[in-house]
Amino acid sequence: MQNDQLTSASERGPSGPRSRWTLPSWISTTALLLPTYGWLTLAVFLPLLTMFVFSFMSATPMGKAPIVFTLKQYRAFIDQPYLVGIGITSLLIGFWTTLFCAVLGFLAAVALVRSTFGKTREMLLILVLLPFWTNGLVRVFSWTMVLRENGFLDNLLHMIAPDAGSIGFLYTRYAIVVGLVHGYLPYMILTCYIALVAIDDAIIEAASSLGARWWTILFKILVPLAAPGLISGSVLIFIPVIGSFMEPRILGGRVGVTMGTVIEDQFTQAFNWPLGASLSFTLLAVVLAIFATFSGVLRRGTAA
Amino acid sequence: MTELTRRNTMKLMSAALAAGVSFSILPRKAFSAGSITVLNWQGYGTDEAWSIKAFTEKTGIAVVHDYYSSESEMLTKLRTNPGAYDLVVLNAARCAQAASEDLLQPIDFSKVPNAATVDEALRSNPNFSKDGKGFAVPWVWGMTSLAIREGMPVPDSYAVLADPAYKGRVAMDDDPIINIGVGALMSGQDINDPKDLAAVKTALKSIKPNVKLLWSTEDQWNKSFAAKEFDLSLFWSGGSVRSKRNSKLPVQFVVPKEGGIGWVDGLGIPASAPNAEGALAFANWMIDPVFYVEWATKVGAPASSNSAALAALPADDLSRQVHKPEYLKTMGIMSALPDDRREAFNNAWQEVKAFYAE
Repeated sequence: MQNDQLTSASERGPSGPRSRWTLPSWISTTALLLPTYGWLTLAVFLPLLTMFVFSFMSATPMGKAPIVFTLKQYRAFIDQPYLVGIGITSLLIGFWTTLFCAVLGFLAAVALVRSTFGKTREMLLILVLLPFWTNGLVRVFSWTMVLRENGFLDNLLHMIAPDAGSIGFLYTRYAIVVGLVHGYLPYMILTCYIALVAIDDAIIEAASSLGARWWTILFKILVPLAAPGLISGSVLIFIPVIGSFMEPRILGGRVGVTMGTVIEDQFTQAFNWPLGASLSFTLLAVVLAIFATFSGVLRRGTAA
Repeated sequence: MTELTRRNTMKLMSAALAAGVSFSILPRKAFSAGSITVLNWQGYGTDEAWSIKAFTEKTGIAVVHDYYSSESEMLTKLRTNPGAYDLVVLNAARCAQAASEDLLQPIDFSKVPNAATVDEALRSNPNFSKDGKGFAVPWVWGMTSLAIREGMPVPDSYAVLADPAYKGRVAMDDDPIINIGVGALMSGQDINDPKDLAAVKTALKSIKPNVKLLWSTEDQWNKSFAAKEFDLSLFWSGGSVRSKRNSKLPVQFVVPKEGGIGWVDGLGIPASAPNAEGALAFANWMIDPVFYVEWATKVGAPASSNSAALAALPADDLSRQVHKPEYLKTMGIMSALPDDRREAFNNAWQEVKAFYAE
């Protein structure tokens, strides 16, 4: 079609009225992309850049204190060595949350794809998403009622075993991970679901007719073929989780100190935006370093 | 269905126009004196519905609220939203900081008639004034000290926070200045300028086995106390009155021998306030004995800066019992901190929190 136009335009010569239509394709592509990229530049890139500049300042440039450019904010991990421990805690919380999400989300997606169809499947998918539509703060606070001593969990246990001690574990790291797994599980279910739905039933039928056991089918066929979903789900979960501050603060009590809460404190409590920004970018660098280390695995996974 | 004829469209448009006009004109008539936006903690005196109703009926000024959940958040809001607020509730220490950053305008005390009976010591508090001008109307004062579940032994020292008897039963206020103050009192130092910050940190770290949670809002404190998550806590004197009276919580406020950590809150007017006149009228109402007595007896309040308002309280009032005048003698008042010390306090508390979390 475009070729036709091109030839007809060139036959008529450059003065023909139709020569306007022969704009090179990159112009239309650029024109179509411009609103999106313009918006991203304005709303994401420029503010981030400003924060990056802030991270080299000696004080928040909104008071009357004189501003000096300095690298001292990036020395925070050396000057305040306890931050290293907090960073490791955050990464561990991120790791465990992602792992639990991967196991639970993958199994849920397998169940959805292999055992349901039609209306039932749609219903169950909506039931997965439904809690997502309520405010995250409400969902986290409702966990406090379940996990605290004399909470729902305790009451349930005492109905069966009245003399048992308390199993409430609010204000522990486990509570934080529970809250985070709850909050981010839908990402994993959805990405795994999309990957699993694309697998041809015939492959699995062929495997089972050749005598493969269920675990062989699971680990030799389903997991490798769904790897792109697992990996994108993990990335989607791991990054926000290590920066999360709401769940640790509410469910963690005194142990709820993570990089996310430290950064939030710098912005809201200490009014030290430069330190908050430098901690954020350090965290970003660590995450990128982790992904770079595992990039080989990631690329193989997504290519599969 | 009605057809979309030209006439129907015109009808619809004119109806919408009329509705819009009446909406924009009516409130303006009712509140000819305009409205003011108050920046404060939630549930802290200025936003009592009955009080706002009485004030609006009297003056025609509507009162709108915005809230902060920490004092530094309040300063951040003032710095980043010029022109948004007419009146701000701020601590004496923060007032000095805000005034030095030109965030506040001087107060015209002639427009605050009730200020005549405000305690002179509070009015001339160095934190509230700069270059001989007052930058806030002193509003209420109180203390942060210990709150304990009723029926438990009454502690006489902050050392009780580290007492093994309260293992896992203590809540701390997630505020750097308060905690450094407590650490300073535990290690026998000045709350505003502890010379030995390491000793402060050691004192705070010693209570780790007891710390169950760090609270940041009164609401959170009330819910956790009601759920019996802790027995002993740092708490605000006024907060203890409200918890006891409104939520019927069995809490007793205790000021140990080291003294409370005192504070004075003032009402300041941001430099960029669109309606400073209205804000002054509201500040005057806030220290009016009529408002204060009702606030203190029905809701629970800290001690008023206005001695006439305090004197109007009934003798058996809970708030009057908690705010005994003799505490004023032992209590240190939190004052403005230089930037480097504030940062040192923040980092020290962050370090202690990280130690708690290990």
